[in-house]
Amino acid sequence: MTDRVPVLKIGQILLVSIQTDLEDQMVLDLQEDLSQRIVDTNAQGVVIDITALEIVDSFVGRMLATIASISRVLGSETVVVGMRPAVAMTLVELGLSLPGVRTALTLERGMEQIKRLNQNPSAPR
Amino acid sequence: MKEYDVAADAVETIPITTSGDVVKARQAVRTLAQRTGLSLVNQTKLVTAASELGRNTLMYGGGGRARIAVVTQGGRTGVWARFEDEGPGIPDLDLALTDGWTSGSGMGLGLSGARRLVDDFELESAPGKGTTVSVVKWAR
Amino acid sequence: MTQGEGSAELLDLMESRRDEFVQGWVRSVSGTLRGRLSAAEVAQELGEIYNALLGALKQGGLAGRGDHFSEVRSLLIELSRNRARQGFTPTETALCVFSLKQVLEEALVASPDGARSYLQLARLLDDLGLFTVEEHAKTREEIISSQAEQLLELSTPVVKLWDGILGVPLVGTLDSARTQVVMEKLLQGLLDSNSTHAIIDITGVPAVDTQVAQHLLKTVVAARMMGAQCIISGIRPQIAQTIVALGIEFGDIATKATLAAALHDALAEIDEASSLRKEGLL
Repeated sequence: MTDRVPVLKIGQILLVSIQTDLEDQMVLDLQEDLSQRIVDTNAQGVVIDITALEIVDSFVGRMLATIASISRVLGSETVVVGMRPAVAMTLVELGLSLPGVRTALTLERGMEQIKRLNQNPSAPR
Repeated sequence: MKEYDVAADAVETIPITTSGDVVKARQAVRTLAQRTGLSLVNQTKLVTAASELGRNTLMYGGGGRARIAVVTQGGRTGVWARFEDEGPGIPDLDLALTDGWTSGSGMGLGLSGARRLVDDFELESAPGKGTTVSVVKWAR
Repeated sequence: MTQGEGSAELLDLMESRRDEFVQGWVRSVSGTLRGRLSAAEVAQELGEIYNALLGALKQGGLAGRGDHFSEVRSLLIELSRNRARQGFTPTETALCVFSLKQVLEEALVASPDGARSYLQLARLLDDLGLFTVEEHAKTREEIISSQAEQLLELSTPVVKLWDGILGVPLVGTLDSARTQVVMEKLLQGLLDSNSTHAIIDITGVPAVDTQVAQHLLKTVVAARMMGAQCIISGIRPQIAQTIVALGIEFGDIATKATLAAALHDALAEIDEASSLRKEGLL
Protein backbone atom coordinates (compact mmCIF):
# COMPACT_ATOMS: atom_id res chain seq x y z
CA MET A 1 0.00 0.00 0.00
CA THR A 2 3.00 2.28 0.27
CA ASP A 3 4.19 4.30 -2.73
CA ARG A 4 7.18 3.20 -4.74
CA VAL A 5 10.00 5.44 -5.88
CA PRO A 6 10.01 5.54 -9.72
CA VAL A 7 13.09 4.28 -11.59
CA LEU A 8 13.57 6.07 -14.92
CA LYS A 9 15.75 4.93 -17.81
CA ILE A 10 17.68 7.54 -19.80
CA GLY A 11 19.80 5.89 -22.49
CA GLN A 12 22.00 3.42 -20.68
CA ILE A 13 21.55 5.05 -17.30
CA LEU A 14 18.91 4.40 -14.64
CA LEU A 15 17.80 7.52 -12.81
CA VAL A 16 16.16 7.54 -9.40
CA SER A 17 15.05 10.93 -8.14
CA ILE A 18 13.81 10.68 -4.56
CA GLN A 19 11.19 13.37 -4.00
CA THR A 20 9.43 12.35 -0.80
CA ASP A 21 10.24 11.69 2.82
CA LEU A 22 11.05 7.98 2.69
CA GLU A 23 9.35 5.36 4.79
CA ASP A 24 11.52 2.35 5.56
CA GLN A 25 9.42 0.06 3.37
CA MET A 26 9.88 2.39 0.36
CA VAL A 27 13.64 2.20 0.92
CA LEU A 28 13.57 -1.60 0.87
CA ASP A 29 11.30 -1.65 -2.20
CA LEU A 30 13.61 0.71 -4.05
CA GLN A 31 16.59 -1.51 -3.32
CA GLU A 32 14.72 -4.48 -4.80
CA ASP A 33 13.32 -2.59 -7.83
CA LEU A 34 16.72 -1.20 -8.74
CA SER A 35 18.50 -4.57 -8.63
CA GLN A 36 15.83 -5.98 -10.91
CA ARG A 37 15.99 -3.05 -13.34
CA ILE A 38 19.80 -3.16 -13.57
CA VAL A 39 19.59 -6.78 -14.70
CA ASP A 40 16.60 -6.23 -17.00
CA THR A 41 18.02 -3.18 -18.77
CA ASN A 42 21.71 -4.05 -18.62
CA ALA A 43 22.29 -0.46 -17.48
CA GLN A 44 25.74 1.11 -17.49
CA GLY A 45 25.06 2.95 -14.31
CA VAL A 46 22.62 4.23 -11.74
CA VAL A 47 22.24 7.85 -10.66
CA ILE A 48 20.38 8.45 -7.39
CA ASP A 49 19.37 12.08 -6.97
CA ILE A 50 18.83 13.01 -3.32
CA THR A 51 18.63 16.81 -3.81
CA ALA A 52 15.13 16.86 -2.33
CA LEU A 53 15.99 14.75 0.73
CA GLU A 54 16.01 16.82 3.90
CA ILE A 55 17.45 14.03 5.99
CA VAL A 56 19.44 10.87 5.38
CA ASP A 57 19.51 8.63 8.43
CA SER A 58 21.48 5.43 8.95
CA PHE A 59 18.75 3.36 7.29
CA VAL A 60 18.76 5.37 4.06
CA GLY A 61 22.55 5.67 4.26
CA ARG A 62 22.83 1.89 4.45
CA MET A 63 20.47 1.55 1.46
CA LEU A 64 22.72 3.84 -0.62
CA ALA A 65 25.79 1.79 0.29
CA THR A 66 23.97 -1.50 -0.41
CA ILE A 67 22.69 -0.34 -3.81
CA ALA A 68 26.22 0.77 -4.74
CA SER A 69 27.58 -2.67 -3.83
CA ILE A 70 24.77 -4.56 -5.59
CA SER A 71 25.15 -2.54 -8.78
CA ARG A 72 28.91 -3.12 -8.73
CA VAL A 73 28.34 -6.87 -8.49
CA LEU A 74 25.97 -6.58 -11.44
CA GLY A 75 28.63 -4.75 -13.47
CA SER A 76 27.32 -1.20 -13.28
CA GLU A 77 28.20 1.86 -11.19
CA THR A 78 26.08 3.96 -8.84
CA VAL A 79 26.56 7.68 -8.29
CA VAL A 80 24.68 9.54 -5.55
CA VAL A 81 24.12 13.19 -6.46
CA GLY A 82 22.85 16.35 -4.80
CA MET A 83 23.48 15.68 -1.12
CA ARG A 84 22.72 18.85 0.83
CA PRO A 85 25.45 20.39 3.01
CA ALA A 86 23.37 19.98 6.20
CA VAL A 87 22.74 16.33 5.34
CA ALA A 88 26.47 15.69 4.73
CA MET A 89 27.40 17.30 8.05
CA THR A 90 24.78 15.25 9.86
CA LEU A 91 25.91 11.97 8.29
CA VAL A 92 29.51 12.63 9.33
CA GLU A 93 28.41 13.31 12.90
CA LEU A 94 26.21 10.21 12.84
CA GLY A 95 29.32 8.20 11.96
CA LEU A 96 28.52 7.33 8.35
CA SER A 97 30.95 8.16 5.55
CA LEU A 98 29.57 6.02 2.67
CA PRO A 99 33.07 4.84 1.72
CA GLY A 100 32.05 2.67 -1.23
CA VAL A 101 29.64 5.16 -2.77
CA ARG A 102 30.54 7.41 -5.69
CA THR A 103 29.18 10.94 -5.36
CA ALA A 104 28.74 14.05 -7.50
CA LEU A 105 27.57 17.60 -6.81
CA THR A 106 24.86 17.70 -9.45
CA LEU A 107 22.79 15.37 -11.62
CA GLU A 108 24.68 16.55 -14.70
CA ARG A 109 28.06 15.77 -13.17
CA GLY A 110 26.76 12.41 -11.98
CA MET A 111 25.73 11.40 -15.49
CA GLU A 112 29.15 12.57 -16.79
CA GLN A 113 30.88 10.48 -14.18
CA ILE A 114 29.09 7.32 -15.28
CA LYS A 115 29.98 7.98 -18.91
CA ARG A 116 33.57 8.57 -17.93
CA LEU A 117 33.68 5.36 -15.90
CA ASN A 118 32.48 3.42 -18.91
CA GLN A 119 35.23 4.95 -21.06
CA ASN A 120 37.86 4.19 -18.49
CA PRO A 121 36.73 1.45 -16.10
CA SER A 122 39.85 1.67 -13.95
CA ALA A 123 39.29 5.34 -13.05
CA PRO A 124 39.68 6.04 -9.35
CA ARG A 125 36.65 7.05 -7.38
CA MET B 1 11.27 16.59 32.09
CA LYS B 2 11.71 18.33 35.42
CA GLU B 3 14.93 20.03 34.37
CA TYR B 4 13.29 21.99 31.56
CA ASP B 5 10.37 24.41 31.37
CA VAL B 6 7.85 23.62 28.68
CA ALA B 7 7.32 26.76 26.62
CA ALA B 8 4.49 27.90 24.39
CA ASP B 9 2.21 24.89 24.06
CA ALA B 10 1.90 21.60 25.85
CA VAL B 11 3.61 18.34 25.01
CA GLU B 12 2.55 16.74 21.74
CA THR B 13 2.22 12.94 21.72
CA ILE B 14 2.59 10.86 18.56
CA PRO B 15 1.95 7.11 18.76
CA ILE B 16 4.55 4.98 16.96
CA THR B 17 3.14 1.70 15.69
CA THR B 18 4.05 1.75 11.98
CA SER B 19 6.97 3.03 9.93
CA GLY B 20 4.63 5.74 8.66
CA ASP B 21 4.36 6.97 12.25
CA VAL B 22 8.14 7.33 12.40
CA VAL B 23 7.90 9.67 9.40
CA LYS B 24 5.08 11.59 11.13
CA ALA B 25 7.09 11.91 14.33
CA ARG B 26 10.16 13.30 12.56
CA GLN B 27 8.03 15.73 10.55
CA ALA B 28 6.47 16.98 13.80
CA VAL B 29 9.97 17.41 15.24
CA ARG B 30 11.00 19.36 12.17
CA THR B 31 8.00 21.69 12.47
CA LEU B 32 8.91 22.46 16.10
CA ALA B 33 12.59 22.89 15.23
CA GLN B 34 11.75 25.39 12.51
CA ARG B 35 9.41 27.30 14.83
CA THR B 36 12.07 27.40 17.53
CA GLY B 37 14.60 28.91 15.14
CA LEU B 38 17.17 26.11 15.10
CA SER B 39 19.74 26.60 12.32
CA LEU B 40 19.27 24.43 9.25
CA VAL B 41 22.16 22.16 10.23
CA ASN B 42 20.83 21.75 13.77
CA GLN B 43 17.33 21.06 12.47
CA THR B 44 18.73 18.36 10.22
CA LYS B 45 20.74 16.82 13.06
CA LEU B 46 17.75 16.75 15.42
CA VAL B 47 15.34 15.33 12.83
CA THR B 48 17.88 12.65 11.89
CA ALA B 49 18.30 11.74 15.57
CA ALA B 50 14.49 11.55 15.91
CA SER B 51 14.37 9.26 12.90
CA GLU B 52 16.95 6.90 14.43
CA LEU B 53 15.24 6.87 17.82
CA GLY B 54 11.76 6.47 16.34
CA ARG B 55 12.93 3.48 14.34
CA ASN B 56 14.44 1.94 17.49
CA THR B 57 11.12 2.40 19.31
CA LEU B 58 9.34 0.60 16.49
CA MET B 59 11.85 -2.15 15.70
CA TYR B 60 13.32 -3.00 19.09
CA GLY B 61 10.63 -1.68 21.44
CA GLY B 62 7.73 -3.13 19.47
CA GLY B 63 6.15 0.31 19.18
CA GLY B 64 5.51 3.09 21.63
CA ARG B 65 5.19 6.84 21.40
CA ALA B 66 7.09 10.04 20.79
CA ARG B 67 6.50 13.05 22.99
CA ILE B 68 7.81 16.39 21.76
CA ALA B 69 7.77 19.96 23.06
CA VAL B 70 9.49 23.31 22.93
CA VAL B 71 11.43 23.80 26.17
CA THR B 72 13.40 26.58 27.81
CA GLN B 73 16.22 26.50 30.34
CA GLY B 74 18.16 29.46 31.66
CA GLY B 75 17.21 31.79 28.83
CA ARG B 76 17.78 29.41 25.94
CA THR B 77 15.11 27.65 23.92
CA GLY B 78 15.24 24.20 22.42
CA VAL B 79 13.29 21.26 21.13
CA TRP B 80 12.80 18.29 23.43
CA ALA B 81 11.80 14.83 22.22
CA ARG B 82 11.23 11.65 24.19
CA PHE B 83 10.78 8.20 22.69
CA GLU B 84 9.16 5.62 24.95
CA ASP B 85 8.35 1.95 24.56
CA GLU B 86 7.35 -0.94 26.79
CA GLY B 87 9.57 -3.40 24.93
CA PRO B 88 12.19 -5.85 26.24
CA GLY B 89 14.54 -3.04 27.37
CA ILE B 90 18.30 -2.87 27.06
CA PRO B 91 20.37 -5.06 29.40
CA ASP B 92 23.70 -3.23 28.97
CA LEU B 93 23.36 0.52 28.39
CA ASP B 94 27.08 1.16 27.88
CA LEU B 95 27.28 -1.54 25.25
CA ALA B 96 24.16 -0.23 23.49
CA LEU B 97 25.82 3.18 23.20
CA THR B 98 28.92 1.76 21.53
CA ASP B 99 29.39 2.49 17.82
CA GLY B 100 28.76 -0.55 15.68
CA TRP B 101 27.02 -2.61 18.34
CA THR B 102 23.59 -3.81 17.27
CA SER B 103 21.06 -6.28 18.59
CA GLY B 104 19.15 -6.32 15.33
CA SER B 105 19.73 -5.77 11.66
CA GLY B 106 20.83 -2.12 11.87
CA MET B 107 24.30 -0.65 11.52
CA GLY B 108 24.56 -0.05 15.23
CA LEU B 109 24.69 3.71 14.80
CA GLY B 110 21.16 4.46 16.00
CA LEU B 111 21.72 5.21 19.68
CA SER B 112 25.36 6.24 19.62
CA GLY B 113 24.89 8.31 16.46
CA ALA B 114 21.75 10.01 17.78
CA ARG B 115 23.63 10.95 20.94
CA ARG B 116 26.28 12.76 18.87
CA LEU B 117 23.61 14.69 16.95
CA VAL B 118 21.91 16.30 19.96
CA ASP B 119 22.99 18.49 22.89
CA ASP B 120 21.32 16.62 25.77
CA PHE B 121 20.80 12.87 25.73
CA GLU B 122 19.29 10.67 28.41
CA LEU B 123 18.74 6.93 28.15
CA GLU B 124 16.71 4.97 30.68
CA SER B 125 16.16 1.27 30.26
CA ALA B 126 16.23 -2.04 32.06
CA PRO B 127 15.36 -5.59 30.97
CA GLY B 128 11.57 -5.96 30.95
CA LYS B 129 11.05 -2.30 31.82
CA GLY B 130 10.97 -0.78 28.35
CA THR B 131 13.20 1.97 27.03
CA THR B 132 12.98 5.77 27.22
CA VAL B 133 15.32 8.10 25.37
CA SER B 134 15.06 11.87 25.87
CA VAL B 135 16.97 14.35 23.74
CA VAL B 136 17.20 18.14 23.48
CA LYS B 137 18.71 20.33 20.79
CA TRP B 138 19.18 23.97 21.84
CA ALA B 139 18.89 26.93 19.53
CA ARG B 140 22.16 28.89 19.59
CA MET C 1 12.47 44.79 57.27
CA THR C 2 9.90 46.96 59.04
CA GLN C 3 9.48 50.60 58.29
CA GLY C 4 10.65 52.46 61.38
CA GLU C 5 10.28 56.11 62.21
CA GLY C 6 13.65 56.77 60.74
CA SER C 7 12.37 55.75 57.33
CA ALA C 8 9.38 58.07 57.58
CA GLU C 9 11.68 60.95 58.30
CA LEU C 10 13.96 59.90 55.48
CA LEU C 11 11.03 59.85 53.08
CA ASP C 12 9.90 63.35 54.07
CA LEU C 13 13.39 64.63 53.65
CA MET C 14 13.91 62.97 50.26
CA GLU C 15 10.58 64.25 49.00
CA SER C 16 10.82 67.83 50.21
CA ARG C 17 14.41 68.38 49.14
CA ARG C 18 14.21 66.30 45.96
CA ASP C 19 15.57 68.88 43.53
CA GLU C 20 18.45 69.77 45.77
CA PHE C 21 19.48 66.11 46.25
CA VAL C 22 19.16 65.23 42.57
CA GLN C 23 21.27 68.22 41.63
CA GLY C 24 23.91 67.27 44.17
CA TRP C 25 23.86 63.68 42.92
CA VAL C 26 24.18 64.73 39.27
CA ARG C 27 27.03 67.06 40.19
CA SER C 28 28.99 64.35 41.98
CA VAL C 29 28.43 61.78 39.18
CA SER C 30 29.24 64.30 36.44
CA GLY C 31 32.75 64.64 37.85
CA THR C 32 33.57 61.06 36.80
CA LEU C 33 32.23 61.20 33.24
CA ARG C 34 35.32 62.50 31.41
CA GLY C 35 33.18 63.60 28.47
CA ARG C 36 31.64 60.19 27.76
CA LEU C 37 28.13 61.40 28.61
CA SER C 38 26.53 64.86 28.76
CA ALA C 39 25.41 66.34 32.09
CA ALA C 40 21.86 66.63 30.73
CA GLU C 41 21.72 62.90 29.98
CA VAL C 42 22.97 62.08 33.45
CA ALA C 43 20.44 64.49 35.01
CA GLN C 44 17.59 62.74 33.24
CA GLU C 45 18.86 59.26 34.08
CA LEU C 46 19.44 59.98 37.77
CA GLY C 47 16.19 61.98 38.07
CA GLU C 48 14.23 58.93 36.91
CA ILE C 49 16.10 56.60 39.24
CA TYR C 50 15.57 58.99 42.17
CA ASN C 51 11.81 59.09 41.51
CA ALA C 52 11.59 55.33 41.21
CA LEU C 53 13.59 54.92 44.42
CA LEU C 54 11.32 57.34 46.24
CA GLY C 55 8.27 55.51 44.94
CA ALA C 56 9.64 52.17 46.12
CA LEU C 57 10.52 53.53 49.57
CA LYS C 58 6.97 54.91 49.90
CA GLN C 59 5.51 51.51 49.22
CA GLY C 60 7.59 50.32 52.09
CA GLY C 61 10.49 48.00 52.58
CA LEU C 62 14.17 48.47 52.11
CA ALA C 63 14.77 45.17 50.33
CA GLY C 64 16.48 46.21 47.10
CA ARG C 65 15.80 42.80 45.50
CA GLY C 66 12.09 42.84 46.43
CA ASP C 67 9.07 43.43 44.21
CA HIS C 68 8.69 47.10 45.15
CA PHE C 69 12.05 47.86 43.64
CA SER C 70 11.48 46.27 40.24
CA GLU C 71 11.24 49.65 38.51
CA VAL C 72 14.42 50.86 40.23
CA ARG C 73 16.20 47.69 39.14
CA SER C 74 15.08 47.95 35.53
CA LEU C 75 16.34 51.54 35.38
CA LEU C 76 19.64 50.45 36.92
CA ILE C 77 19.92 47.61 34.39
CA GLU C 78 19.56 50.16 31.60
CA LEU C 79 22.15 52.39 33.22
CA SER C 80 24.64 49.53 33.71
CA ARG C 81 24.20 48.30 30.16
CA ASN C 82 24.78 51.75 28.71
CA ARG C 83 27.78 52.34 30.94
CA ALA C 84 29.31 48.97 30.02
CA ARG C 85 28.92 49.71 26.29
CA GLN C 86 30.42 53.19 26.70
CA GLY C 87 33.49 51.71 28.34
CA PHE C 88 32.90 52.71 31.97
CA THR C 89 34.58 50.47 34.55
CA PRO C 90 32.47 48.50 37.05
CA THR C 91 33.73 50.84 39.82
CA GLU C 92 32.62 53.94 37.94
CA THR C 93 29.23 52.37 37.34
CA ALA C 94 28.74 51.39 40.98
CA LEU C 95 29.87 54.87 42.11
CA CYS C 96 26.86 56.28 40.28
CA VAL C 97 24.72 54.65 42.94
CA PHE C 98 27.08 55.02 45.89
CA SER C 99 27.47 58.77 45.39
CA LEU C 100 23.84 59.29 46.39
CA LYS C 101 24.93 58.27 49.89
CA GLN C 102 27.35 61.19 50.12
CA VAL C 103 24.69 63.61 48.99
CA LEU C 104 22.22 62.43 51.63
CA GLU C 105 24.82 61.99 54.34
CA GLU C 106 25.10 65.69 55.24
CA ALA C 107 21.35 66.23 55.37
CA LEU C 108 20.65 63.11 57.42
CA VAL C 109 23.43 63.21 59.95
CA ALA C 110 22.25 66.67 61.00
CA SER C 111 18.89 65.36 62.31
CA PRO C 112 18.51 63.35 65.57
CA ASP C 113 17.25 60.09 64.05
CA GLY C 114 19.26 60.62 60.93
CA ALA C 115 22.10 58.23 61.65
CA ARG C 116 19.78 55.24 61.75
CA SER C 117 17.97 56.25 58.56
CA TYR C 118 21.30 56.84 56.94
CA LEU C 119 22.53 53.36 57.78
CA GLN C 120 19.33 51.78 56.46
CA LEU C 121 19.57 53.74 53.26
CA ALA C 122 23.26 52.98 52.94
CA ARG C 123 22.53 49.27 53.16
CA LEU C 124 19.93 49.59 50.40
CA LEU C 125 22.21 51.62 48.17
CA ASP C 126 25.08 49.19 48.72
CA ASP C 127 22.85 46.39 47.54
CA LEU C 128 21.70 48.35 44.49
CA GLY C 129 25.31 49.30 43.76
CA LEU C 130 26.31 45.65 43.74
CA PHE C 131 23.36 44.97 41.47
CA THR C 132 24.70 47.45 38.90
CA VAL C 133 28.09 45.74 39.05
CA GLU C 134 26.46 42.37 38.34
CA GLU C 135 24.56 43.82 35.40
CA HIS C 136 27.70 45.54 34.16
CA ALA C 137 29.54 42.23 34.18
CA LYS C 138 26.65 40.47 32.45
CA THR C 139 26.65 43.04 29.64
CA ARG C 140 30.41 42.74 29.24
CA GLU C 141 30.06 38.97 28.92
CA GLU C 142 27.41 39.42 26.24
CA ILE C 143 29.68 41.81 24.36
CA ILE C 144 32.57 39.35 24.57
CA SER C 145 30.54 36.40 23.33
CA SER C 146 29.08 38.34 20.42
CA GLN C 147 32.58 39.51 19.48
CA ALA C 148 33.82 35.94 19.61
CA GLU C 149 31.04 35.00 17.23
CA GLN C 150 31.93 37.82 14.85
CA LEU C 151 35.56 36.80 14.97
CA LEU C 152 34.56 33.26 14.07
CA GLU C 153 32.76 34.55 10.98
CA LEU C 154 35.60 36.88 10.04
CA SER C 155 38.35 34.35 10.43
CA THR C 156 36.98 31.74 8.05
CA PRO C 157 36.79 33.05 4.50
CA VAL C 158 36.05 30.74 1.59
CA VAL C 159 37.62 32.04 -1.62
CA LYS C 160 37.36 30.94 -5.22
CA LEU C 161 40.87 30.08 -6.48
CA TRP C 162 39.92 28.91 -9.94
CA ASP C 163 36.87 27.85 -11.86
CA GLY C 164 35.78 24.79 -9.88
CA ILE C 165 38.33 25.18 -7.08
CA LEU C 166 37.65 26.74 -3.68
CA GLY C 167 40.27 27.71 -1.14
CA VAL C 168 39.86 27.86 2.64
CA PRO C 169 42.84 29.49 4.37
CA LEU C 170 42.59 28.56 8.03
CA VAL C 171 44.28 30.83 10.56
CA GLY C 172 44.30 30.12 14.29
CA THR C 173 43.21 27.23 16.45
CA LEU C 174 40.59 24.79 15.19
CA ASP C 175 37.99 23.82 17.78
CA SER C 176 34.68 22.12 17.20
CA ALA C 177 32.65 25.37 17.04
CA ARG C 178 35.06 26.74 14.44
CA THR C 179 35.05 23.48 12.47
CA GLN C 180 31.27 23.65 12.32
CA VAL C 181 31.46 27.15 10.78
CA VAL C 182 34.24 26.21 8.37
CA MET C 183 32.42 23.06 7.28
CA GLU C 184 29.13 24.88 6.76
CA LYS C 185 30.74 27.67 4.74
CA LEU C 186 32.86 25.32 2.65
CA LEU C 187 30.03 22.91 1.80
CA GLN C 188 27.62 25.71 0.92
CA GLY C 189 30.39 27.33 -1.13
CA LEU C 190 30.93 24.12 -3.11
CA LEU C 191 27.26 24.04 -3.98
CA ASP C 192 26.96 27.76 -4.79
CA SER C 193 30.02 27.86 -7.04
CA ASN C 194 29.54 24.35 -8.45
CA SER C 195 33.13 23.52 -7.46
CA THR C 196 34.46 19.98 -7.51
CA HIS C 197 37.64 20.73 -5.57
CA ALA C 198 38.45 22.44 -2.30
CA ILE C 199 41.85 23.20 -0.84
CA ILE C 200 42.02 23.63 2.93
CA ASP C 201 45.24 25.45 3.74
CA ILE C 202 46.44 25.02 7.33
CA THR C 203 49.62 27.12 7.11
CA GLY C 204 48.14 29.43 9.76
CA VAL C 205 47.07 26.68 12.15
CA PRO C 206 49.59 26.69 15.00
CA ALA C 207 49.32 23.03 16.01
CA VAL C 208 47.71 19.87 14.74
CA ASP C 209 46.71 17.31 17.34
CA THR C 210 44.43 14.30 17.12
CA GLN C 211 41.37 16.45 17.65
CA VAL C 212 42.22 18.99 14.96
CA ALA C 213 42.96 16.14 12.57
CA GLN C 214 39.59 14.64 13.45
CA HIS C 215 37.87 17.94 12.64
CA LEU C 216 39.68 18.22 9.30
CA LEU C 217 38.79 14.63 8.49
CA LYS C 218 35.09 15.25 9.11
CA THR C 219 35.11 18.24 6.78
CA VAL C 220 36.83 16.27 4.03
CA VAL C 221 34.43 13.32 4.39
CA ALA C 222 31.37 15.60 4.31
CA ALA C 223 32.67 17.31 1.14
CA ARG C 224 33.33 13.93 -0.44
CA MET C 225 29.78 12.77 0.24
CA MET C 226 28.56 15.85 -1.61
CA GLY C 227 30.76 14.93 -4.56
CA ALA C 228 33.80 17.18 -4.10
CA GLN C 229 37.47 16.39 -3.45
CA CYS C 230 39.42 18.11 -0.69
CA ILE C 231 43.16 18.59 -0.51
CA ILE C 232 44.79 19.71 2.73
CA SER C 233 47.78 21.96 2.10
CA GLY C 234 50.21 24.04 4.10
CA ILE C 235 51.55 21.23 6.24
CA ARG C 236 54.74 22.67 7.72
CA PRO C 237 57.67 20.33 8.47
CA GLN C 238 57.17 20.42 12.25
CA ILE C 239 53.45 19.71 11.81
CA ALA C 240 54.27 16.76 9.55
CA GLN C 241 56.56 15.47 12.31
CA THR C 242 53.82 15.81 14.95
CA ILE C 243 51.33 14.06 12.71
CA VAL C 244 53.66 11.11 12.30
CA ALA C 245 54.73 11.11 15.95
CA LEU C 246 51.12 11.10 17.17
CA GLY C 247 50.26 8.39 14.68
CA ILE C 248 47.41 10.45 13.23
CA GLU C 249 45.75 8.70 10.30
CA PHE C 250 44.71 10.96 7.47
CA GLY C 251 43.51 7.91 5.56
CA ASP C 252 43.20 8.41 1.82
CA ILE C 253 42.96 12.19 2.13
CA ALA C 254 45.29 14.08 -0.17
CA THR C 255 47.79 16.27 1.65
CA LYS C 256 50.37 18.66 0.18
CA ALA C 257 53.15 20.74 1.65
CA THR C 258 52.17 23.95 -0.12
CA LEU C 259 49.06 25.61 -1.46
CA ALA C 260 50.79 25.83 -4.86
CA ALA C 261 51.29 22.06 -5.01
CA ALA C 262 47.67 21.45 -4.03
CA LEU C 263 46.43 23.89 -6.67
CA HIS C 264 48.63 22.15 -9.25
CA ASP C 265 47.00 18.79 -8.44
CA ALA C 266 43.46 20.16 -8.44
CA LEU C 267 44.02 21.92 -11.77
CA ALA C 268 45.39 18.73 -13.31
CA GLU C 269 42.27 16.82 -12.31
CA ILE C 270 39.96 19.54 -13.59
CA ASP C 271 41.95 19.70 -16.85
CA GLU C 272 41.59 15.98 -17.39
CA ALA C 273 37.82 16.19 -16.99
CA SER C 274 37.50 19.12 -19.36
CA SER C 275 39.74 17.58 -22.04
CA LEU C 276 37.61 14.42 -21.95
CA ARG C 277 34.62 16.69 -22.43
CA LYS C 278 36.28 18.38 -25.43
CA GLU C 279 37.08 15.09 -27.08
CA GLY C 280 33.38 14.36 -26.92
CA LEU C 281 33.88 11.43 -24.63
CA LEU C 282 31.45 12.83 -22.11
